[in-house]
Amino acid sequence: MDGINAVELTIVIVLFLLVTVLGFLASRWRRAESLMHLDEWGLGGRSFGSWITWFLLGGDLYTAYTFVAVPALMFGAGAAGFFAVPYTIVIYPLVFLVVIRLWSVSHVRGFVTPADFVRSRFDSPTMALLVAITGIVATMPYIALQLVGIEAILKAMGVEGDLPLIVAFIILAIYTYNSGLRAPALIAVVKDTLIYLTIIVAVIVIPSKLGGWSAIFGAAEEKFSGGAGVILPATGQLGYATLALGSALALFLYPHSITGVLAASNRDVLKRNMSALPIYSLALGFIALLGFMAIAAGTKPISTDGNTIVPVLFQQMFPSWFAGVAFAAIGIGALVPAAIMSIAAANLFTRNIYKEYLKKDATPQQEAKVAKIASLVVKLGAVLAILGLNPQFSIDLQLIGGVIILQTMPSVALGLYTRWLHRGGLIAGWFAGMATGLLLVYNIPKTAVDPETGAVSVVKEHFGGSSFALSKLGFDTKLTVYAGLIALLVNLLVAVVATLILRAMRVPEGIDGTEENDYTAQREDATVRDLPDPLASAPPGLEGGARAGR
Amino acid sequence: MASASRPPVDTPTSGVAPQRSDRSPWNWLLLVGIVLPLLVPLYNRVEPRLFNWPFFYWFQLALVAVGVITTSLVYRATRRSSSDRQAARDAIARDADAKSGGH
Repeated sequence: MDGINAVELTIVIVLFLLVTVLGFLASRWRRAESLMHLDEWGLGGRSFGSWITWFLLGGDLYTAYTFVAVPALMFGAGAAGFFAVPYTIVIYPLVFLVVIRLWSVSHVRGFVTPADFVRSRFDSPTMALLVAITGIVATMPYIALQLVGIEAILKAMGVEGDLPLIVAFIILAIYTYNSGLRAPALIAVVKDTLIYLTIIVAVIVIPSKLGGWSAIFGAAEEKFSGGAGVILPATGQLGYATLALGSALALFLYPHSITGVLAASNRDVLKRNMSALPIYSLALGFIALLGFMAIAAGTKPISTDGNTIVPVLFQQMFPSWFAGVAFAAIGIGALVPAAIMSIAAANLFTRNIYKEYLKKDATPQQEAKVAKIASLVVKLGAVLAILGLNPQFSIDLQLIGGVIILQTMPSVALGLYTRWLHRGGLIAGWFAGMATGLLLVYNIPKTAVDPETGAVSVVKEHFGGSSFALSKLGFDTKLTVYAGLIALLVNLLVAVVATLILRAMRVPEGIDGTEENDYTAQREDATVRDLPDPLASAPPGLEGGARAGR
Repeated sequence: MASASRPPVDTPTSGVAPQRSDRSPWNWLLLVGIVLPLLVPLYNRVEPRLFNWPFFYWFQLALVAVGVITTSLVYRATRRSSSDRQAARDAIARDADAKSGGH
């Protein structure tokens, strides 16, 4: 690109300023909550109603990186990139019954993080520490990836240097420092309005400019004619299904998803949202097809950075002012999940590492202060990571993140249903699953097919993807499986065997800190209480008590 | 209450809160939205096309609707009585009042 596109940049800056003001207002709204009649929006209390939860979880789960990377994958790999659609369909029925149990037990026992739950349920500070570390390690590269999304639009606008990226994140840091979850929740509303507007316009305008959908799919068919065209090769089907399932299992184990779930005001809100959130999946399907539109339009990525495909396509197809709106949508879309992720990671550090191991007698004020500082450190770490490291490295890390967060499934998700697995078994399973997962991903090479000769060459020896070829295990097949799922099976197997052994040896299982009816508690029950607002200036009890009657 | 941000683990809640269950035969309906999208051979084909979209693409987008319908049905069928839901709303409002009044 030569020079900066002034119109695009101006629009992006104006919209960024708008959300910055919103972010600061969010903290003021909190203080004036009784005056502003925000109850019906669910902003009156500490917890969120149906609409805000929809925007919050939507902004949380469908990130800027998704919007940039999924079409890039479709552009580069064809049909396999569409896995994001079944992935985000499967997830809601899968977790429909699970998240309400998590909401209930957390609101009875005051859990804020998945590690809080594991500690109490299995009476195991060690397993809780493992869950906390896994969560933080998996979340950090995820935050960095949001910056990759912002970087892609900056590149497309011709903006050079790191300063804009730093400014964007300083703004983010300051307003989440002040208003906790409320800022991302309000900004998510703006972000979604812009995103839906962009998609609707894109789906109407771009196909008509390119000669209709048949031309779009035709161009993709031609590009991938060496393989299976616009569908999956027979050998790619198992990989596609396991990647969709594995990613779905992983998503709600991420601490930021759990933060979003716990912010809901009651179980009904969550159940309703599980049927309303798939609307984002519909949008994601259309976004994915932007990759094929880019093929038909002959879009060329900027300096081989595949992530710039969508921004460049928008520049080709839209007038500058509307491309600016679309870029702002992607940029703001990065801030929402990044804010929630840093809050979630900060909570894990404060509650499960600082309070548990570093300063057991921390006062609530100290705890709140450490959480605030930790969230700043996390964001700073992400900025440094993106400035200092090759973006490819954060993509690798995020890939590994999905595989490792899946290893907390037996303790966090199964734990909501049963205490059958022994705490020692869970720990053994975690180590086995982690080792397997890392080993598998390490041994996946990235290959590229030469379009001229059809010859397959290895571009990258290690961490080249998450689809593991079963032939490497000695099977006579070309099938691939999502590495995270294999690791999870090993994890579960080891956990079960270790449980049987430990039980035979009569090793104590610890005391369950929860009771069966905690998992079905409803909002009006006497046992249910408001959770501390993440990063609130004072925890419950000091702030007038969550429940006046107790 | 003022001192602990986490309750002691041995606080008994049985007897305080009513016994409930999330079990319902309707929950089995959720399996449709989980299993169907994972049966890749079912939809890994180009024909029949719809509005020039290969089957692979329009069918998966149609599955979004299947997911929405099944989860909505389960939500509706297992929804609590309106008086129960009102009780939950009252509890939210009461806690919000207690907070803003306490300052």
